[in-house]
Amino acid sequence: MRFLPKSDSERQQMLEFLGLDSTEQLFAQIPPELRLARPLELPPGRSEYEVLEYFRERSGQNAAGWPCFLGAGAYFHYRPAVVDALISRGEFLTAYTPYQAEISQGILMAIFEFQTMICQLTGMEVANASMYDGSTAMSEAALMARRITGREHIVLARSVHPEYREVLATYARNQAIRIREAPFDPEKGTVDLERTASLLDENTAALIIQSPNFFGIVEPLAGAAELAHRVGALLVHVFTEAVSLGLLAPAQGADIVAGELQSFAVPPSFGGPYAGVIATREKFVRQMPGRLVGQTTDSRGNRAFCLTLSTREQHIRREKATSNICTNQALVALMATIFMALHGKEGLRELAEQNLAKAHYLAGKLSLRFSGPFFNEFVARCERARPEAVNRALAQRGIIGGLPLGRFYAELQDCMLLCATEMSRREHMDQLADVLLAGETQ
Amino acid sequence: MIRKVRSHIVQDEPLLFEISSAGKRGCQLPALDVPPVDPARALGPENVRGEIEGFPELSEVEVVRHFTRLSTWNYAIDLGMYPLGSCTMKYNPRANEAAASMEGLLWVHPYQPEEQVQGCLEIMARLEQALAEITGMDAVSLQPAAGAHGELTGILLVRALLTSRGNPRRKILIPDSAHGTNPATAAIAGYEVENIKSNERGMIDMEAFPKLVTEEVAALMITNPNTLGVFEENIARIAGILHEKGALLYMDGANMNALAGITRPGDAGVDVMHLNLHKTFSTPHGGGGPGSGPVAVKRELEPFLPKPRLKQVGGRWVWDYDRPLSIGRVRAFYGNFGVLVRALAYIMACGPEGLRAAAVDAVLNSNYLRKALEPYYELPHREPTMHECVFSDQRQARRGVRTMDIAKRLIDYGFHPYTVSFPLIVPGAMMIEPTESESKQELDLFIDAMVSIAREAEENPELVRTAPHSTRTSRVDEVTAARKPVLRWRPSQ
Repeated sequence: MRFLPKSDSERQQMLEFLGLDSTEQLFAQIPPELRLARPLELPPGRSEYEVLEYFRERSGQNAAGWPCFLGAGAYFHYRPAVVDALISRGEFLTAYTPYQAEISQGILMAIFEFQTMICQLTGMEVANASMYDGSTAMSEAALMARRITGREHIVLARSVHPEYREVLATYARNQAIRIREAPFDPEKGTVDLERTASLLDENTAALIIQSPNFFGIVEPLAGAAELAHRVGALLVHVFTEAVSLGLLAPAQGADIVAGELQSFAVPPSFGGPYAGVIATREKFVRQMPGRLVGQTTDSRGNRAFCLTLSTREQHIRREKATSNICTNQALVALMATIFMALHGKEGLRELAEQNLAKAHYLAGKLSLRFSGPFFNEFVARCERARPEAVNRALAQRGIIGGLPLGRFYAELQDCMLLCATEMSRREHMDQLADVLLAGETQ
Repeated sequence: MIRKVRSHIVQDEPLLFEISSAGKRGCQLPALDVPPVDPARALGPENVRGEIEGFPELSEVEVVRHFTRLSTWNYAIDLGMYPLGSCTMKYNPRANEAAASMEGLLWVHPYQPEEQVQGCLEIMARLEQALAEITGMDAVSLQPAAGAHGELTGILLVRALLTSRGNPRRKILIPDSAHGTNPATAAIAGYEVENIKSNERGMIDMEAFPKLVTEEVAALMITNPNTLGVFEENIARIAGILHEKGALLYMDGANMNALAGITRPGDAGVDVMHLNLHKTFSTPHGGGGPGSGPVAVKRELEPFLPKPRLKQVGGRWVWDYDRPLSIGRVRAFYGNFGVLVRALAYIMACGPEGLRAAAVDAVLNSNYLRKALEPYYELPHREPTMHECVFSDQRQARRGVRTMDIAKRLIDYGFHPYTVSFPLIVPGAMMIEPTESESKQELDLFIDAMVSIAREAEENPELVRTAPHSTRTSRVDEVTAARKPVLRWRPSQ
C-alpha cells in the first residue's frame, strides 16, 4: 500500500519492541462483538492510473467548460495560472492551521495581507481569516448582530440569495431569532425601503441587505443604513460577487459586511469549497467569529504574526465561544489573496468595468424585468418560450443559459437570471440573445 | 544531538503593501469585444467607488517571489511529521489533487441542470455510499463544510427528531475531555451544556453516567476513541442507556483513523456522527481549511437530513427537494465538492484492505512512540491507547519546563509540536498522534528528539524554556498581540 511507509520487517521489529505477536493484539481493547468480522464492502484498492481513469470518465460526463451565463452566487471568472502554481506548493497545501507561529509565518503573513485587502475593499476596519462561504458568513453575521445589540429580530431582504436565506433560517431557528422578510419593489427590483421601515423596531438586531442583490441590482445601502440606525439596529451588507467590490462604492453605513470570495480565482467546482468573509468595525471585533491574525514581535523585536484574540473561539471559550468554527477555508482565501495581489488596484477596477460592459451589452439586446441599476447580472424576460425550454435550446448549441427563477420566485417564473463576465465572448452573447428572442425550443 | 535538521535559508520579505509601486500590474485582461460602459451612467455616480486606497500594485514576478518566499517559512506535512493529537496529519496524496483539478470537475456550475452534471452527482453518491459502509450508518449528507459544521448539523438533526417526538429536550452531555467545538456547537444549537467528569481511567464513568441521563437529556456527544486515545469499551452500553431514556448518541468522528475497517460506530449504537475528510480521509489542511464534515445517520434520522438529497430516477441522479422534514440547508449549494473528490480518490486507492492497514499502522505507530517515551515523560493514564496518547509535563515541570516549552524545543529538532495543553483533563498535556504516514526512521528521529529534550530539561532547562532557537522568528509575543490587537496593515506603519 503505497501510502504506508513501513516494510513488514519494520512492523515486525516494532511489534517485538512492544512485546506483541501480531498487530491484531493492538485492538484487544475493542470488545470482540464490536470488531468487524469481515472486510468493508468496498471495491478493492486501485492503482493511481485506475483511480484517475474513474475521475476522467466522470468529468467527461459533465457539461464542463462550456460558455456559461449562470451566476446566482457562483461565478465564472478567469483564474490566473500563478494561483494554482503557488497554492499547490506543499508548504501551503499540506500545512496545518498556524497555531505554532514560529513555523507558520508564511501562512500568517498571507492571512494578515488578506485581512487588510478585505478591509480596503469593503471599507471596514477589521476582517477575519475566512468563513466557510458567503451563506454561513451571513448567518454568523446575524448571530453577531444579535450578540452586539442583545436583540432578537432580523429583517432580511427578499432580494438576498434564496439559499442564503434558507441557511439563516436553519441557524436562526434554534437561537430564538425571528426573521421578518423585507419585500422588493416589483418594478425596480430593489428593496422597498418604505415597507422595510415599518418592519424595523427596537427589537431589531440587524437589517440584512445584499448588494448587488440576487437579481444583480445595486441596492440603496445608504438609505437602508439610515433606517436601521434610526432604530438602533445594525446594517449587514452581504455580497456574493466579489468582483463588484472593484467598482461599487463600499457601503458607508454598514456595520458588518459578510460575503463570498469565490469570484477571486476560486474554481466554481460544483459549489465548493468556497470562502466566506466577515468584516466589521473595530469596536465589534470581540464579537467576531472565526480566526484573526495579528501583528506582534518576537523576543528579538522582529515583526511577527500570530493568531490572536483566541478567547473568542471554541478551543478557549467552549460553550461561550462566538462561534463553533474551527477549520475554515484558509487555502481558498489564499487563492483570493494571490488573485487580489495580481490584479492590484487598477486591475480589479478594470476587471469590474469589463464585467459591467459585457453584462450591459447582453442586457441591451433583451427585455429586462427590473429597472434598477445592475452590475454583471440581470433578470431577463423570456417572452416567447419558458426559460427552461430556452436553456435546452441553448444546450444544443453548447451554451449554458441563465437561471430560471421560477424555482425561487413564483412571480418571476417567466424570467431567467443571466450573468456575463470578462470570460463571456460577444459571439456567444449574440447567440444566446438570438435563441432567447426567437423563442426557440428544442 | 540534533540529527534531522541543520539550517535552512530564509529570505526576508515585506508585506505586499510595502513592496507595492504605483502603476504595476500582475495581470492583463483581453481587450473588450463589446462597447465600454460608463460606470457612473450605468450605476449612478453615488454607487461608484473611488480608488481602492492602499491596495497593492505589483508585477507577476513580485507576486510569485513574495508568496514563494512566504511558503518557505512554513512547516508542512510534505516536510515532516506533525504529531498533533486528534488532527490526523497524514500524507496528502497528490493523486487526489490530480483528480480534483480535472477541468471537467472544476468548471461546473452548481446550478447547471442535472443532466449536465451526472459525473459530479455520481461522485457524490459513491462517496455517500462508501462513508455509510465505513461508519456502519444508513445515510450520509455531504453538505457540511467542516467538522464543526457537521457537528452542528448532527445536533440539529437530534433536535429535529426529538421535536417530532414531542420534546426537543434541554441538555447535551459532553465529557470534559471533549474538543472545544463540541460545547460550542451544542450552544449554537440552542442546548444547555452539561460537562460530565471522566473517571480516573479517563473514560465515561459508568457508575455516574446512568444517573445523568434524564428525560431532559437530548444526547451525549462522545468522541471514540476519546481524546486520550482510549477506546470507550462501554460504548454499546452507553448507547443502550441513552436509547432507553429516549436520548441519542452523537459521535464526534475526529478519531475515526483508529477505527476504519476495524470497527464501525453504527454497529456500536451510534445514532449520528460526523467525519472529518481532512483528517481520516487525507484531504489537505491547506493552512486551516478547506475541510469537509459529512454527517452520517441511522435510518430514523434520515428524513431530517439537510436538503436536497441525491436520488436515482430512471438510472440518473437528481436532487430531491421534496423533503418536508428536513432541517433545511446548512450552506448554499451542495458541499465542498472539491474536497469530496479528494476523499473519494483516497478511498478508491486504499480499498477496504488499505483503509484497515492504515488504521493498523496508525495504532502501531502510536503505541511504539508511547512505549519508547514512557521512561522519559509522565503517562498519567495507563489504559491501552489506540492512534494517539497523552503525556504530561509533570517531570519536566519540576525544573520549570512546561509542555509549551518542550513543544517549542521540538521545533529546533525539525518537528512540528504535538498538541499542547489539550485535553484539559490532563494538566500540562502533550497529545501525540503520529498517523500511519510516518516511517520507522521518522518515528525513531522523533523519539531521539524527545529523549534529548527530556535530558535538556534536566541539564539545561533555560535552553528549552527559551526555544525555538533556529527559526525565522524566535518565540512570538502572543500576549501583546491580544492586548493591543493590530489586525491589518496601515500606511502610517
